Amino acid sequence: MSKNKTAGYKGPHGYQKRKEGDGRSCVRYKCGLTNTIQDVLRQRPGWMEVKDDGEWDFNWCDVGWLRENFDHSYMEEHVRICHFRNHYELTRKNLMVKNLKRYRKTLEREAGRIEAAKCDFFPRTFELPSEYHLFVEEFKRSPGSTWIMKPVARSQGKGIFLFQKLKDIMDWKKDGSRSEEQRDETQVESYVAQRYIENPYLISGRKFDLRVYVLVTSYIPLKAWLYRDGFARFSSTRFSLTSIDDQYVHLTNVAVQKTAPDYDPEKGCKWQMQQLRRYLTARHGTETIEALFKDVDNIFVRSLQSVQKVIINDKHCFELYGYDILLDQDLKPWLIEVNASPSLTASSQEDYEMKCCLLEDTLHIVDMEGRLTGREKRVGGYDLMWNDGPVYREDVNLETLGSACFTANTHLGCVNDRKKQLRQLLKPFPGKKRI
Amino acid sequence: MMDEGTELSLTIAQIVQRLKATNLHSQIERQAKECLHRPEIQLESLKEDVRNFLKASGWERKLQNAVYRELHVQPLPRHPAAPPEHAKEPLAYMRKAQVNWEKRILKSLNSMCTELGVPLARKRPAVEQKELTNKWNEMGTDEPGKWTSQSICSVRRLNTPSYSISHDSQVLISLRNPNHDSSEEASAKSHWGLIQVPLHDRDIPQMREAYSELSLTTGQLGIDDHTHVPPVLLCYECASVCVVPVVNEQDSAAAQQYSRQGCPTGLRADLWALVLNSTNEPEDVMHYEQLKAGVIHHDLLVDNLIYKDVKLTASNDDYYFVFEDFLYQVLLCFSRDTAVLEHFSYNSATPPKSYIQGEPFYPCRGRVIPFHGFSMYVAPLCFLYNEPSKLYSVFREMYVRYFFRLHSVSSSTSGIVSLCLQFERLLQTHLPQLFYHLREIGAQPLRIAFKWMVRAFSGYLSTDQLLLLWDRILGYDSLEIVAVLAAAVFAFRAENLMEVTSLTSAEAVLADLSTLKVMPLIQIFLFATVI
Repeated sequence: MSKNKTAGYKGPHGYQKRKEGDGRSCVRYKCGLTNTIQDVLRQRPGWMEVKDDGEWDFNWCDVGWLRENFDHSYMEEHVRICHFRNHYELTRKNLMVKNLKRYRKTLEREAGRIEAAKCDFFPRTFELPSEYHLFVEEFKRSPGSTWIMKPVARSQGKGIFLFQKLKDIMDWKKDGSRSEEQRDETQVESYVAQRYIENPYLISGRKFDLRVYVLVTSYIPLKAWLYRDGFARFSSTRFSLTSIDDQYVHLTNVAVQKTAPDYDPEKGCKWQMQQLRRYLTARHGTETIEALFKDVDNIFVRSLQSVQKVIINDKHCFELYGYDILLDQDLKPWLIEVNASPSLTASSQEDYEMKCCLLEDTLHIVDMEGRLTGREKRVGGYDLMWNDGPVYREDVNLETLGSACFTANTHLGCVNDRKKQLRQLLKPFPGKKRI
Repeated sequence: MMDEGTELSLTIAQIVQRLKATNLHSQIERQAKECLHRPEIQLESLKEDVRNFLKASGWERKLQNAVYRELHVQPLPRHPAAPPEHAKEPLAYMRKAQVNWEKRILKSLNSMCTELGVPLARKRPAVEQKELTNKWNEMGTDEPGKWTSQSICSVRRLNTPSYSISHDSQVLISLRNPNHDSSEEASAKSHWGLIQVPLHDRDIPQMREAYSELSLTTGQLGIDDHTHVPPVLLCYECASVCVVPVVNEQDSAAAQQYSRQGCPTGLRADLWALVLNSTNEPEDVMHYEQLKAGVIHHDLLVDNLIYKDVKLTASNDDYYFVFEDFLYQVLLCFSRDTAVLEHFSYNSATPPKSYIQGEPFYPCRGRVIPFHGFSMYVAPLCFLYNEPSKLYSVFREMYVRYFFRLHSVSSSTSGIVSLCLQFERLLQTHLPQLFYHLREIGAQPLRIAFKWMVRAFSGYLSTDQLLLLWDRILGYDSLEIVAVLAAAVFAFRAENLMEVTSLTSAEAVLADLSTLKVMPLIQIFLFATVI
């Protein structure tokens, strides 16, 4: 809650139009988390933490706080908060699928089959128990297939399991060996059953998935940034379909891997995105992998477009999403899920530095200090991916318009020379001399 | 002294001899016979026509590549009266040092056997063989002792001379040429470093000529090519235009020349295989399968060393841990490969041999005893090749051309002794203040740089940078660039190093090389240093 006690910062135009230089040199922030974000906020020049009920200009909250307080808060124009009110339309597995399916139908109606096929990046998914019969039909159509059951609202791999027989999930409903607590929970909890990707791309026999960061600062119009860094998370054991009970084989969340018997924290089971991209390029060639990353871009854009009309747009809100992508052996990327609160806890020094840079750049884009013009295509490690339309690397003007060759302005897994770029881009913080 | 003509015909004769024994020879012979049916082959001009056919169908190129490869691994041509040891190593005192070193290693291996009460080799029972066959692709999941007769964790002996790198450096430091009296040299010319043998080394002006493709004005690949920024990297675009024909033509020599400026990521695997003339024909795959069968039937004592090495080094590395299984698959086969024996004709080392009940026995038939860090020679290659037989083929070729020189005592310019000396001389000549300072605080630079050079920087640089360095090793057919890089690293961190006051702090300054960009460092050191 932020009351109007900010005398001294009102410019001649009030806060109606954010102009360059019209930003704040003292930002009061509230932070509900105790990990990397705390360090980043604390180190930002001119930012001060407010405790308890103090007024704030910026709030990095968790979704619980949001749920309880957002509707009762009045926010001044300049105030920023790190979630959209109904982000769960994108981040809860059942809602995401519902929105995607609906979007796909609309696309097919309006633009034809081929265009709609661009949305085929999520495996067949059904919500249970509501779509149970539809699921059974699909299940019977593909005998011998493996499916994965996921609770819609949990994270970090909790409650997930694989099955190949219908009776496995019936058993589960009736299974007395499940603990009391779980049985009670399952009564209220929705699950999704999703076709398991049986031919994941393996590196040296191991399965991995990708974590990619996308920052959305507005849904209408849609403005989204893609961060160049990210990582590939490996499962600690070799992939095999013979042991579907073995969580450690199939689930790549670090939280799950950490409990694996041979997990060695010194070892780490992550590769930086740059490393992965280089590996894939060495293996398959530049063109193939460029095409792959283009398909990955497509996933981000389409998934955001599918919820564009549903999410309550609010100029105070921005959101940093953690996308989980899986590659199969044909180098097709699949969307596993979208996280509204991607883990900001660091698993190693390298990871810590990456997340610090990610969060710093996020704050640069949110731009409480008013240092950006709003016309930037790149800020630090972020590239502007979508701005009410695709964003291209090349400058589009009358001369180049005729040319058919435009490349998307995304650089996932490419060199991230953010420090250099930021030095050239940003004015020093208000009150500080340029270094 | 042989005259050039004799030398040449001797070399040709040797190469022809070696190629006659290869599969390529029988393939070409068969092709020549089969082409006789073709309409364009006329009886009158038979020889000419067959030659043209072989040229057009790519066989001539394959032959060229094979000859090119032989030239790389040829022992030095020697005088007919010289004994065979001279081909391995012309300097007597070096040979002697190598022999002594090997004796100590072998002795330590033998006592390991005695102490553990295990044989050097053991045939696996049928049940174990079957299990190992099933688990071949995931040996990394098991405990290290599972497939050997003794759990290695309890073996403290593995920290002995046969195994550790610090011992290697001791041997080199104590090398002296008995014919050389250094007391007469003026003190200004004296060498400040640890290596005190009078081997030939090059200075920067000579290197500028030798490494002209690395000059500041020549574009280098891999500096920014993964940002795919079109206007800036005409280098990359040129590269795509130039390199694809090289790959299509399958020309080893051209590929080697090309690698001097770095290989594009997407084509590196093919280019390296070309430069090394490493093929993945059915007979290569079969050879690999035979080696694999050997691993399954017998367990060797040296396998313990391999398991331990992989677990301690590659498995703990942030990037290479993924390739653990590949490393076992390659290294276990490597230690059984008798084809590696060939390289001993030009290696100053001798295959280690011991005696069991009076009978000579080779503890590892490939004749190379793995040591701590050995798996790091293979790990970066896993990044490029994922078929075990192909990976094996490339690794073996790299080993017999380059890596073996990093752990045997010899006078070769690519040998570890020369590299150490080259490194020290470069530092003393161009950074005398730094060298003097480090020496005074008891931090001889070689003590820090040795471990980098023995591994050709594997595990110290980030993978992409390491591969760029190895591009040049292949391109220039020499490990000398490794010594240059070591000196360049010191030059880069000179400012910080001038402020340290102990060996430990010097080591701390140089502990993390993972952020270094190799090519700019080398370029600046070679081409921007004021002479």
